[in-house]
Amino acid sequence: MIDWLASIGRYVRAGLANLGLQMRTFGAMLIASAGLIRRIRLVTDQVHFIGNYSLVIIAVSGLFVGFVLGLQGHYTLNKYGSEQALGLLVALSLVRELGPVVTALLFAGRAGTSLTAEIGLMKATEQLAAMEMMAVDPLTRVLAPRFWAGVIAMPLLAAVFSAVGVLGGYVVGVVLIGVDEGAFWSQMQGGVELWADIGNGVLKSVVFGVAVTFIALYQGYVADATPEGVARATTRTVVIGSLMVLWLDFLLTALMFS
Amino acid sequence: MQRKSLDVWVGLFVVLGAAAIMFLALKVGNLSAMSLGPSYTLVARFDNIGGLKPRAPVKSAGVVVGRVESIGFDDRTFQATVTLRMQADVKFPSDSSAKILTSGLLGEQYIGLEPGADDKNFSQGDRIKSTQSAIVLENLISQFLFSKAAEGSKGEEK
Repeated sequence: MIDWLASIGRYVRAGLANLGLQMRTFGAMLIASAGLIRRIRLVTDQVHFIGNYSLVIIAVSGLFVGFVLGLQGHYTLNKYGSEQALGLLVALSLVRELGPVVTALLFAGRAGTSLTAEIGLMKATEQLAAMEMMAVDPLTRVLAPRFWAGVIAMPLLAAVFSAVGVLGGYVVGVVLIGVDEGAFWSQMQGGVELWADIGNGVLKSVVFGVAVTFIALYQGYVADATPEGVARATTRTVVIGSLMVLWLDFLLTALMFS
Repeated sequence: MQRKSLDVWVGLFVVLGAAAIMFLALKVGNLSAMSLGPSYTLVARFDNIGGLKPRAPVKSAGVVVGRVESIGFDDRTFQATVTLRMQADVKFPSDSSAKILTSGLLGEQYIGLEPGADDKNFSQGDRIKSTQSAIVLENLISQFLFSKAAEGSKGEEK
């Protein structure tokens, strides 16, 4: 009985310590970011690595999600004889939910894993320790630029996803199925609010960018310095990152749109 | 040289993202519809506005000629005060009347403007005098039921 209680206590204490360590790393990284202002190059390099290389998969996914939304939305709306609302349905689902969430999930898989593996390997080959030996703070030099690049790239990728998705819905709905073009756009413009829908969608994608990028960096930073350790850290990035995105999405949706 | 091409790609990425946000704001959202260009406001009072919302269209002969700007409540007359923002190039006679209508059976509510015959036109800030409230379905049903009940009780008396 006592052992059982002790094991619960240990579990909770370890969880809290882990959370505290994460928050301290996060804070230290934000403070270390101040040194980035003079070395903005480091951030642009990472935006290229994280953003440009993710662009193709994001755009193609957006296009196909838009296609499918067009087909499925038309199937359902047609039953109620209101297929003109297709544009509204496609735009609202993309801008409010699918754009930020699917982009963040893909981002965790595409960019997050490579960040974790890169930093984990740097740690395994003692590059981070070597930097500290040379009085270079790895937080400023390695973590902070990647973090800010992720925070910059994520909303832009989500916006590209939504925009391409709307065009995909247009192609299927108007060009292939033959929904009236004027109704498609005007219903969309009538129903989508600039701040309430688009602004909150962008805000969501910024929050997801912060969460996913930091989880990826932290998992790499605390990975065991072995090949298995790096492999486990990469897996954890995808699992924790995706779950965190879904959980944050529920929380933000409940706060924003209630 | 390699630095420069990398910068170009990053710049391209950021511009593309910004263009996507602009596309969403202008084409998908209603930023462009918000600015009607030059406009003037009219005020109309309704006993009941039903489900009318700000930004609902104001239509005349089915064409959108303005939008509902704001909805307030006047606690002296206990009426709803609806401010309409009309396009400046559309003039209406000053005895025109406003109705709250519904597009389709269960569609959105909008304001229908019926032109009058006066020589004078509305100008900035004028009030639309003759208005007709929204039809509330519950009232309609209860009226129908009451009239049915009245018929029924008459029938029993005979």
